[in-house]
Amino acid sequence: MVSQSTTSSVPVAGVAERDRPGAGEQVLDAVARSWRPVVLLLACLVLWWVITAAELVEAYLVPSPAKTLQVMSDKAGYIWHHTWITTYETLLGFVIAAIVGVLAAVLMVYSSSIERTLYPVLLFAQVIPKVAIAPLLVVWLGFGLAPKVVVAVLIAFFPVVISMVTGLKAVDPEMIQLSATMGAGPLQTFSKIRFPASLPHLFSGLKVAVTLAVTGAVVGEFVGANEGLGYVIQQANGNLDTPMLFAGLLVMSLIGVVLFVLVEFAEKLLLPWHASRRGAAVTTTY
Amino acid sequence: MVERSEGTGKEAGRGGSVRLEDVAVRFRTKKKDVTALRDVSLDVAEGEFVAIVGPSGCGKSTLLKLVAGLLKPSSGSVRLREEPVTGPRNDIGYVFQRAALLEWRSARRNILLQAEMRRMPADRSRRRTADLIAMTGLAGFEDAYPHELSGGMQQRVALCRALLHEPPVLLMDEPFGALDALTREQLNIELNRIWRETRTTVLLVTHSIAEAAYLANRIVVMTDRPGTIAEVIDVDLPDERDYATTMARPEFARATGRIRDLLGAASAAD
Ligand SMILES: Nc1ncnc2c1ncn2[C@@H]1O[C@H](COP(=O)(O)OP(=O)(O)OP(=O)(O)O)[C@@H](O)[C@H]1O
Ligand SMILES: [Mg+2]
Repeated sequence: MVSQSTTSSVPVAGVAERDRPGAGEQVLDAVARSWRPVVLLLACLVLWWVITAAELVEAYLVPSPAKTLQVMSDKAGYIWHHTWITTYETLLGFVIAAIVGVLAAVLMVYSSSIERTLYPVLLFAQVIPKVAIAPLLVVWLGFGLAPKVVVAVLIAFFPVVISMVTGLKAVDPEMIQLSATMGAGPLQTFSKIRFPASLPHLFSGLKVAVTLAVTGAVVGEFVGANEGLGYVIQQANGNLDTPMLFAGLLVMSLIGVVLFVLVEFAEKLLLPWHASRRGAAVTTTY
Repeated sequence: MVERSEGTGKEAGRGGSVRLEDVAVRFRTKKKDVTALRDVSLDVAEGEFVAIVGPSGCGKSTLLKLVAGLLKPSSGSVRLREEPVTGPRNDIGYVFQRAALLEWRSARRNILLQAEMRRMPADRSRRRTADLIAMTGLAGFEDAYPHELSGGMQQRVALCRALLHEPPVLLMDEPFGALDALTREQLNIELNRIWRETRTTVLLVTHSIAEAAYLANRIVVMTDRPGTIAEVIDVDLPDERDYATTMARPEFARATGRIRDLLGAASAAD
């Protein structure tokens, strides 16, 4: 819908146009919001540095931050290649889990017999330790991309389904009644009311899912791979190359954090109306 | 505001627009059964304005939902515009007791939801939305989201949404509950005008005795749970009613006095 800017630009008493915050203000704002976790991270780094500098632990067990960074820059090409592989597996697994999860949730909400059939199966699939079935998947699907993606899907799928089912069921029944008084069909009710109303729930599920998908991909790589960060860590482990091991771990966590932030950003873009995303209009709060 | 979404058959004249016969509604929950309505029979003629008053929890909202086909009576029958009600009806405009707005849509797009669901022509619904926004004093807040609106503003958005498609029957559940006295008065006057111009059948649930008497042809007074109809009061006032002079008329005083007696008796009976 194109908004009628002509009517809304008419000045109304008591309604003032707000200045858009400048770039400088936005940066300051971002700094003001994120300095605490940054300080905490720096504190951890310092602690790590102190432990290694004071040689509280043997250097071959815990490498110094400098050494780890050294490895990261020396082997940047190698790490980058494997990082990309793991990221690709994670993303593929996450996207498939999101699509299949949402579809399964919709089916389950609209048909109670499907729900009764699927729920136990889902729960079963969820409680099986993924580390335990990963070898089987490798036997079945080979050493390529497939088993890693499948493990990522299996592990990320559950939070998506659960959150989406909750979201679709949590719609105010009066909204559905409203839609009925408008003569809306089930498809219209779904697309204009049910689905948008369930998005906040879905996004909390997606945020959990994306971090789990990283774990899934790495678990898949542990079991049988010649590429990816899981492989890097296993190799480093075999060679007692702790700096590389630490580097792999750091990068792996970074993937999870970046993907999480991306999903959160998408949430912010898509759901500016949601209570958890408001607050711009607040003048004074205690 | 003359055309309607469907032919309503004005020539049908005083044919029953809403007819409830011996209706009872029982809610079964795990803990207990509640009889919300019992022995309710009501005939509302086409173009008539009926107000419903009664103590809280007596089944007023339940009654409106029955007429809209959103609830099924446990016994008895409901007819709307000569047809038995067998499921949700869309030849109505419904104002819910809570504004029931979609949080992710601006005020204007909440009103336009009605048009989208009914696939109304875009330019007509757009113009009508602008008219309704102006009429209800929401100008300047078209693009505000529900959480940026006051409770009364939200109710006005819900009112606009229910009026957008010019329904032949309007069901309103305390549409002015959260409004200040003056805005409420203005909207009462507007509602009276809309009703006279469109001859829409209106069922209005309200807690305001004055509002009921100012707007309605007849007032249904209900008793406390289980809700039954205590009395139906005729308001002998002309359809066109000036606010101040109507309040001063003896017919108005008689109607409001009678409602007070009935409601007082109902609450004194507990
Ligand atoms: N979905 C439901 N399940 C169980 N009981 C219900 C349900 N809806 C309404 N009731 C019961 O039916 C009775 C009538 O409810 P209703 O909402 O019609 O009252 P009301 O007259 O509209 O009250 P108010 O003026 O406070 O809005 C109440 O006692 C309520 O507890
Ligand atoms: Mg009610």
